[in-house]
Amino acid sequence: MDNLIALLVAAPLLGAAVLLCGGRRLDAVGHWIGTVLASASFVIGAILFADMLGKDEEHRAIGQHLFSWIPVEGFQADVAFQLDQLSMTFVLLITGVGSLIHVYSIGYMEHDERRRRFFGYLNLFLAAMLLLVLADNYLLLYVGWEGVGLASYLLIGFWQHKPSAATAAKKAFLVNRVGDMGLSIAIMLMFTTFGTFAFGPVLEATGETGEGKLTAIGLMLLLAACGKSAQVPLQSWLGDAMEGPTPVSALIHAATMVTAGVYLIVRSGEIFNAAPDAQLVTTVVGAVTLLFGAIVGCAKDDIKKALAGSTMSQIGYMILAAGLGPIGYVFAIMHLVTHGFFKAGLFLGAGSVMHGMNDEVDMRKYGGLRKHMPVTFVTFGLGYLAIIGFPGLSGFFSKDKIIEAAFAKGGTEGWILGSVALLGAAITAFYMTRVMLMTFFGEKRWQPDEKGNEPHPHESPRSMTIPMIVLAFGSVFAGGFFGIGDRFLHWLEPVTEHAHGHPPIGATAITLSTVTVMIVGVGLAYLQYGRRPVPVVAPRGSLLTRAARRDLLQDDFNHVVLVRGGEHLTRSLVYVDHTLVDGVVNGTAASMGGLSGRLRKLQNGYARSYAVSMFGGAAILIAATLLMRAV
Amino acid sequence: MSTTAVHSLWTTAADPIQKIDAPNIEYGQLAPTLIVIGAAVIGILVEAFVPRRSRYYVQVFVSVVALAAAFAAVVALAASGYGTTKAGIAAMGAVAVDGPALFLQGVILLAGVLGVFTFAERRLDPVAHGNRVDSFAAQAASVPGSDSEKAAVKAGFTTTEVFPLLLFAIGGMLVFPAANDLLTLFIALEVFSLPLYLLCAVARRKRIMSQEAAVKYFLLGAFASAFTLFGIALLYGYAGSVSYATIAQVVDGTVETVNPALADTMGNDALLLIGAAMVVMGLLFKVGAVPFHMWTPDVYQGAPTPVTGFMAAATKVAAFGALLRLLYVVLPGLRWDWRPVMMGVAVVTMLGGAIVAITQTDIKRLLAYSSIAHAGFILAGVIAMTPDGVSSVLFYLGAYSFVTIGAFAVVTLVRDAGGEATHLSKWAGLGRRSPLVAAVFAVYLLAFAGIPLTSGFAGKFAVFKAAAEGGAGALVVVGVISSAIAAFFYIRVIVLMFFSEPRPEGPTVAVPSPLTMTAIAVGVAVTLVLGVAPQYFLDLAGQAGVFVR
Repeated sequence: MDNLIALLVAAPLLGAAVLLCGGRRLDAVGHWIGTVLASASFVIGAILFADMLGKDEEHRAIGQHLFSWIPVEGFQADVAFQLDQLSMTFVLLITGVGSLIHVYSIGYMEHDERRRRFFGYLNLFLAAMLLLVLADNYLLLYVGWEGVGLASYLLIGFWQHKPSAATAAKKAFLVNRVGDMGLSIAIMLMFTTFGTFAFGPVLEATGETGEGKLTAIGLMLLLAACGKSAQVPLQSWLGDAMEGPTPVSALIHAATMVTAGVYLIVRSGEIFNAAPDAQLVTTVVGAVTLLFGAIVGCAKDDIKKALAGSTMSQIGYMILAAGLGPIGYVFAIMHLVTHGFFKAGLFLGAGSVMHGMNDEVDMRKYGGLRKHMPVTFVTFGLGYLAIIGFPGLSGFFSKDKIIEAAFAKGGTEGWILGSVALLGAAITAFYMTRVMLMTFFGEKRWQPDEKGNEPHPHESPRSMTIPMIVLAFGSVFAGGFFGIGDRFLHWLEPVTEHAHGHPPIGATAITLSTVTVMIVGVGLAYLQYGRRPVPVVAPRGSLLTRAARRDLLQDDFNHVVLVRGGEHLTRSLVYVDHTLVDGVVNGTAASMGGLSGRLRKLQNGYARSYAVSMFGGAAILIAATLLMRAV
Repeated sequence: MSTTAVHSLWTTAADPIQKIDAPNIEYGQLAPTLIVIGAAVIGILVEAFVPRRSRYYVQVFVSVVALAAAFAAVVALAASGYGTTKAGIAAMGAVAVDGPALFLQGVILLAGVLGVFTFAERRLDPVAHGNRVDSFAAQAASVPGSDSEKAAVKAGFTTTEVFPLLLFAIGGMLVFPAANDLLTLFIALEVFSLPLYLLCAVARRKRIMSQEAAVKYFLLGAFASAFTLFGIALLYGYAGSVSYATIAQVVDGTVETVNPALADTMGNDALLLIGAAMVVMGLLFKVGAVPFHMWTPDVYQGAPTPVTGFMAAATKVAAFGALLRLLYVVLPGLRWDWRPVMMGVAVVTMLGGAIVAITQTDIKRLLAYSSIAHAGFILAGVIAMTPDGVSSVLFYLGAYSFVTIGAFAVVTLVRDAGGEATHLSKWAGLGRRSPLVAAVFAVYLLAFAGIPLTSGFAGKFAVFKAAAEGGAGALVVVGVISSAIAAFFYIRVIVLMFFSEPRPEGPTVAVPSPLTMTAIAVGVAVTLVLGVAPQYFLDLAGQAGVFVR
């Protein structure tokens, strides 16, 4: 069984290699190759899962050592895999949702002449993401980490003929570099501190290590997580990343890759447990982001960008939970999985809407689509109910647990974090209801475009609707399946450890308030968007709305602080280089030349002068030798 | 006075004859030197008895065979453990047979073989009156420009005496780093110096310049020798002996009195310090360290280029060998006195050589200043005073000598109507006209500059590492700065060769015989091999790094 682990990664990697190197002759079958290999990976994952379930809890983690990667004295890095319950959860999510999105893409990308390449990139992403979650050491994880970054870059910029897509890809890449720097620094710190990269030894050794070092490592890991998971302050790339094809947004920028930061923090749990300061910063980052994303989500008229804000916000919940330590790890992952279902479903629904609306993304030009695309409406609606935490659906179970855990943090922090999480739940309900109402309810608002083509909204083909239906099932039932009887908790507990939190107010009270704020949010949205017609041209809006439309001025901030600052810095460095450095260099060169010319005159060709020089030299030599003795 | 009294004077005078022991000579261990000196004597006899037209062939044959045999003897000695376990003193304490001596003798002999190849080159100069000619004057004794010179040229004479002279010089060089007492040191110094003075004087072209160089070299060499000899006298006065071991013991204080007749002066530190400084000065003159370097550019420029190449390589090897032995065997007890002084010498040598080289316009003078700077780098390794210091210097000398011979051999190829075109302006655009020759020369220049993947880098790294570990970090800093300065003028030549337009009346590159080609090819091969995979040779030098006492 152990030997199957490598196949998980190998299958999509083979797909990527074949599709990207195969050339045009594979154009006709490329999408099938990609889909089959992604599904093969899922099947292998399922087999391994069944095998794992057959074992008792203590012996579920298995591993596979492929080869010694960097065998240097005192620096040992292996290509080795580790498959425990945490990795298994990710494997099933990645390959499962991944396979569905491959199927969906067959329909969605039907008219794209570069479809084969698209599937090659998707397979590359799967391979890298699986490598990331299966690695048994940080260095190999880093390879996967960079691999998903590359795949993300390639897929955001897939429609590279659009300048906006090319820019968005570049932006994602650059912002992620900052986070990746954090991960590489963390790995270097680990090596100097523990002398190894492997999860086991590193995490075991945290007990004997100073808190300062662990805090530094933890903060660097958090920086990495912020980059990959679009958390404040490295959140700015995610909204623009929606320039990529919608299946990419669903798979990479909603369900899997952006959650890698959560995986990193949960996987490094022991480090964070021993570094309370790093944990505190993590919870703050999560809380800030969950509000930030939610507020941005309220103001966007682009359906995908509204969902992107939502993704940011939901990952904020997960990071918050991960920052809470053992009382939150399990719920972070649980929310991650349920979110993977419903957010992927929502994105696929959005893609289906766009498919029927000539790629229109502005919700103000939708309206009343429920009649035209019933399947999309139902599946999207179920995803909507799941994300706002409608009782009984997936989001209800997982989000409620996180809010509970936030309160259970205790003290003032607990109250603040809990209230923020609760507020976030209300805003979530508000913006999701807004999306729902603007898209599927009300009167039709679309008009012919400049060329006179009026969109004819229609239901999408079977290859697109079936994955949506499957994901809708997940959105509805996954939470209950995981949550009732703490099934997920028992499954993951051996890996992440779990401590039961004790919130200052009763769990039932928290659940009730969650439901209440949700209803308030839905109600407010209904009052604003359900009762009144939605204007086709966005109103000016309040100051906050305008700021939120501009992503709460994130780009303005980055431009002023980083771009301008960077420009000033480089300009002054160039100035210093030109005047000071070049001056010194040229001056030195000139003075050397001058010195050389002067010394050269000593060489006058007369043997008598040379003899004098030797005599003087000998005198100095003798005098110096004697002087050395004297002093 | 009665007859009996006279008789008794006779008998008493004749009676107690002091017995002189017959010296015990280990011929086997001295074989390398004896073979070379013997071949040199044969070479003289060849000059006397072999007809003129076949002398060249006989001389080249004798020289190559002798040097090869001597090298084989060195290898055999090293293989049978004389470099390590069986190392000892031969010839009644006069000559050491140990690792450093054998290593350096091997290097000198290999340099000597390549030297013979470049000496024997007869394809570069145009054929004169139907005779192939080499780099040496037709008849050294004839006055330049005189009728007798013209007659000699017309008759097709060549100075085949250069081969025995070369062998004598090599013989002296073999003894120099192995000399284990001061008198042997001095005799070896003279044995290799005098033939070199002569060789410098016998250039075929620019004869006046060549003779001037020889006279300068001789005068200044004699001046330096005088210092050395006086220093030896002072050291004898201090220790009562010229033997290295004995002097070292007196310096250490393990032996109080050696010679009762010298009781007044023995142990007088002033004698020791002044004497040591003067002997060291003689050696510094030979290696070309600042401020005893001023002969170097003039002599390097004036001497026939094959001689310059051989001299630059082999003299440095022999002189640094002798310097190492003197400092490590005789004067280690005095290191706190001489180390700071030598550091000063190393600093001014590195900087002086590198800085003055910047403004040179003649390729031979440029290489001369480069060799001065390299002397400074090697001194840094000498000063380390550790086993690593010895082995790094040995490695550096081996690497450097091949680069030097090869580089000067390339210089002999670039010619115009006046012979070798040594002015740098004439080298412009050489890379366009003769890419191979220019590329080879570029390899040598990069090795001089110490660029990685050449032997120059490995050597410099070893020397600087040893110096840093030996507590001379400041020296390493100066060394690196000097290397940076030096890189400028090496790279400038490369830029000149490859990125300048060739001049219309520029020089031509002569096609040499296989002899010079071999010398150049071996130089490049050694440069690259020692640069890419230096470890084996570093280990070899490391094994050879222990002096016998």
